[in-house]
Amino acid sequence: MEPTTTSYLVLAALLFGIGATGLMIRRNPLVMFMCIELMLNAVNLTFVALATRFSDIDGQTAVFFVMVVAAAEVVVGLGIIISIMRRRPGATVDDLAELKG
Amino acid sequence: MLDVIWLVPALPLVGFLAILLFGRRLGEPGAGYVAAAAVLGAFVVTVGAFFDLLSLDEHHREHVSVLFSWVPVSSLQIDMALLADPLSITMALFVTGIGFLIHLFAIGYMHGDPKFSKFFLYLNLFVLSMLMLVLGENLLVTFLGWEGVGACSYFLISFWHTRESAATAGKKAFVTNRIGDWGVMLAMFLGFQAVGSVSYSALNGAAESGALASSTATGIALLLFVGAAGKSAQLPLYLWLPDAMEGPTPVSALIHAATMVTAGVFLMTRMNPVIAASADYAPQIIAWVGALTALFAATIAVAQHDIKKVLAYSTVSQLGYMFLAVGTGAYVAAVFHMVTHAFFKALMFLGSGSVIHGMHHEQDMRRMGALRTVMPITAGTFIIGWLAIAGVPPFAGFWSKDEILLFTLASSPVLYVIGLVTAVLTAFYMTRQVVMVFFGEARWESHADDHGAHGEFRPHESPPIMLFPLVVLAGLSVVGGAIQLPSFGIIPDSWRHRLEDWLHPVVEPGEAVIKGTAAYDAKSWLALLAIACAVLGIAAAIAVYAKGRAKPFEPELLARGWRYDETVSAFMGGPGRRAFDAVARFDSGVVDGAVTGTASGVRSVAERLRRGQTGFVRNYSAVVVAGVLGVLIWFVIIRGVL
Amino acid sequence: MPEQFIAPSIDWFALSPYLVMVAGALGLLVVGALTPRWPRGLYSLVSALTATSAGVLAVFIWNDVAEMGPGTLVGGALSHDAFAQFVTIAVCAATALVALVTDAEVRGTVLEGPEIHALLLTAATGAMVMGASNDLIVLFLGLETLSLALYVLAASERTAAGQEAGMKYFILGGLASAVFLYGIALLYGGARSTNLGEIVARFQSTVALERNDSLVLAGLALLIVGLGFKVAAAPFHVWSPDVYQGAPTHVTAFMASVGKAAAFAAMLRVLVIALPFHRDDWRPVIWVLAIASLVIGSTLAVVQTDVKRMLAFSSVSHAGFLLVGVEAAGHRAGEQISGDGLESVLVYLALYSVLVVGTFSIVAVVSRHAGGSTDISVFAGLGRRRPVLALALTILLLAQAGVPLTSGFVAKWGVIQSAVAERSYAIAIIAMVSAVIAAFLYLRIMVSAWLADPSEVEPEPVPAMTGVAIALAAAVTLVVGVYPELLLGWTDAVSNFAR
Repeated sequence: MEPTTTSYLVLAALLFGIGATGLMIRRNPLVMFMCIELMLNAVNLTFVALATRFSDIDGQTAVFFVMVVAAAEVVVGLGIIISIMRRRPGATVDDLAELKG
Repeated sequence: MLDVIWLVPALPLVGFLAILLFGRRLGEPGAGYVAAAAVLGAFVVTVGAFFDLLSLDEHHREHVSVLFSWVPVSSLQIDMALLADPLSITMALFVTGIGFLIHLFAIGYMHGDPKFSKFFLYLNLFVLSMLMLVLGENLLVTFLGWEGVGACSYFLISFWHTRESAATAGKKAFVTNRIGDWGVMLAMFLGFQAVGSVSYSALNGAAESGALASSTATGIALLLFVGAAGKSAQLPLYLWLPDAMEGPTPVSALIHAATMVTAGVFLMTRMNPVIAASADYAPQIIAWVGALTALFAATIAVAQHDIKKVLAYSTVSQLGYMFLAVGTGAYVAAVFHMVTHAFFKALMFLGSGSVIHGMHHEQDMRRMGALRTVMPITAGTFIIGWLAIAGVPPFAGFWSKDEILLFTLASSPVLYVIGLVTAVLTAFYMTRQVVMVFFGEARWESHADDHGAHGEFRPHESPPIMLFPLVVLAGLSVVGGAIQLPSFGIIPDSWRHRLEDWLHPVVEPGEAVIKGTAAYDAKSWLALLAIACAVLGIAAAIAVYAKGRAKPFEPELLARGWRYDETVSAFMGGPGRRAFDAVARFDSGVVDGAVTGTASGVRSVAERLRRGQTGFVRNYSAVVVAGVLGVLIWFVIIRGVL
Repeated sequence: MPEQFIAPSIDWFALSPYLVMVAGALGLLVVGALTPRWPRGLYSLVSALTATSAGVLAVFIWNDVAEMGPGTLVGGALSHDAFAQFVTIAVCAATALVALVTDAEVRGTVLEGPEIHALLLTAATGAMVMGASNDLIVLFLGLETLSLALYVLAASERTAAGQEAGMKYFILGGLASAVFLYGIALLYGGARSTNLGEIVARFQSTVALERNDSLVLAGLALLIVGLGFKVAAAPFHVWSPDVYQGAPTHVTAFMASVGKAAAFAAMLRVLVIALPFHRDDWRPVIWVLAIASLVIGSTLAVVQTDVKRMLAFSSVSHAGFLLVGVEAAGHRAGEQISGDGLESVLVYLALYSVLVVGTFSIVAVVSRHAGGSTDISVFAGLGRRRPVLALALTILLLAQAGVPLTSGFVAKWGVIQSAVAERSYAIAIIAMVSAVIAAFLYLRIMVSAWLADPSEVEPEPVPAMTGVAIALAAAVTLVVGVYPELLLGWTDAVSNFAR
């Protein structure tokens, strides 16, 4: 069967859902971070699929912007995670729950 | 003086600023004199304005002075403007006049208080706000004063904030008043929406010309009434007022008897064309709430032992009369009763303050008695206040209450009966109070020990600066009725209906409305009936409490205290007693519970909600994802597919 | 080569506020790295001046817009209209105030230096871009520029609370960004463009085949969630109390002012300006979010004991008020006579930004003196220690409660008036009731400051620049409260020139 645009869109939606689920169930900050990356790339896939269907350049350029943003996010995110890990090695996000109520 | 009407609020402002900046240097009694002088100055200007207005033709008795353009943006034009007309000047006269007397009294009463100058700071700020409220040319300026008096009231109730009860009472006053405030704000928005202005002349003009739809007018009237009920302590928002007695007594006299609590009545009177333009049920609701509050509060007053609590419930009850008047279209009578009530209730509050002062901060009436011997002037003036509120002619209260009852009968016999019963109860509980405090045995002698530090305990008469206001107010309570005498045979024509003629362009003509009704024709008989009711109440109370006086003195406090309750129950009979108890329980349990319940309800809901704020990132993600799903379902399924 | 690349013409003057901000940020970093430590306060002054000059430039640009009418910049990426200038001015004002406060907060710590100011200026640039964006991708870039800088700022203090706040903000913010971006992608799939102008045109045209409505609706849903997260509207507010409480106070002030203003500006752009044809779809959602925010914000604020957390929930309830205005704007979005909703939200945003920076600045001063604690007990007796500071706090809190003669009243009046004008009575009443509940919270802080007995007798030092910021905020609050026409006359033009 030839994959259609809709197949790509469904795949992207699934990937996005997996990422969102991961954020809800995983506790390791690095894995949660990867889940966010997964969601962003699912969106990229959506953009590319739609741009191909429209044969339009806009959707494809958007992907480049998203990639740049994702790269910047990696820098910031890893920085925050490392600074926490240095203080409390092996911490999960559930250990960071002092602020509540 | 009309051109400088701005001086009226400006002088208390100057006083406020002076005390704010130099309060500590002025100290005691300097700060008190500065504050009193500022209010006296405002009074003098108001009197000048009064005579200026009087010299004008009755249709030109209106002077608007625009201080500055407050919100002048295309569709929204609101001026910071003062309106001097008969109604506002009447209000300003007694606010500044009685305010001045109470300032004088307070100089004596607050003697030795460590926060002496701060007290007068708040007091002047209060007078300033109250004057903005009554002199405002539009709803927004009035609302500004409305908020201001609420805030000052809050600060003054919790003035002795170290007392736990005072702090709680202050909070309660704040919360109930805020509920009323949103009523006023919504009324303001609705009015602005309908008329495009919030000035009284525009709103009332639209109502008179019929440009205001009846449904909108009803909405505005009822929303304003919500605000008025909060400020003027009507059912079901009345319960902050008895608690407000935690404040110093001059505050009770000024804010919680004479001025602030009448703001609601004032506002309704100010907007009377809008009420007239609204559906019939709007004024009926107002009248019924007023009548029921009057009766309800009077029954509670019968069972109180705290000297100030009796007066507080009595105030709620009398305010109920005023709303009854507003609801039955008797605006002149409402203003009339507001003025006379301000005289005699301020007098009695100050009198009770003098008693409390002389008794070294004892407020329980069961520990008083026979005070007339040691405090002759306080007792004498208090007795005048009692006769005035009980409705004995020719004292002031008789005339105003009689006029309200007349209008009530013209409107509804059921309301009239409620009014009469309340009148009997009023005479009863006030007589009870006078007997318990000033007559009978001196029950304070046995409590000398309680006041250990004083050594020999003996109540004393208050200093002259506190007695002077009492005497002046007593004089006014005697002759105050003269401003609006009814048209009885023996009263000369030129003396009749003076207040009505004076207020004429602002509020609808008074007696003309009910002329020709059966009630109007029988008005002499009604007056006699009212007198009979007053006498009945007084006689009953004397019979009950005089019996206690005849008995020999018994040393145990509790026995005596119970005896009074027993006497009451013997008089009222078992069921009557239980009814009063039930009312008092309803008051402290259900109504009080409703407000504290709302507060604690908010708290418990919040406590449950805050458990959702777990602190775990993963839960937060779940909340966000759930939100995403919810919004998606709305958009894609409900809006998209269906 | 399918097409010749044509570089868009660039109006450098119209872009000058952004350029000034970016230049300021880069300049601080480069020059700061090459020179020894600057004398005290200079970093703050430079960044405050940068923000101020960007704001002043925006005023001039506004004049141009007023003369020549609105347009777009850089090939349709940015709008050139009064709305954008208004947001820029509000953002710059708040940034300048925060920059002044920051100095004393980082003095003597490892954070003292140009970096934190460079981050502030970068974040503010992102916020300005959000307010001006005319393309969803540009909007996303602005959002990320703002957010990434804020993640770093939130985690900048190496305390446990600060790190926790940074971590939570980062993970949840990342989730929201992904959702928002997915919304853009779906909207792109539905409307074949990410350009706001083209999207409007697409729905105006009668050719139905050009678009896919279910993709548009799904995209709209995700966009609202993403924006709802950024404005901290319930139930997407969950992050805000924790982050506001844990982040350094000057950063919280920045988030609550600039962050919120930018997110609301973006919301207005997307919903009211770009998607007026779906107003009946999104308005009910905004209605629900508004009510949830009002109720949750004000009730939860009452039970808090930490002042920063209280103010965080109060900021949720302020978001509810702003949403009331957005809802009102939704009734007649896209029509010739569009009502006052949009305008009232802008006024509210501008006033609230100043107000909230002032309030948090005072919290910063007091908590610093109390060893970093922001519990309500540290405010006890402030009136006796620092009467003027307590007075400023009172003014600002009264304004937050919406008391007349303060700017808060003008702001609340505007949104409720516009809601009543659209006959949204239910929402107006709920807003008022929640304001009653919230008033109690401000009262608690005031009572503590004036009436409670001091736990501490030593008056807290008020750093000069923080003092200036607080005085400015309090002055604006009072002046606008007494003479609202200063601001209202100004914003009158905004909605006319927003395209």
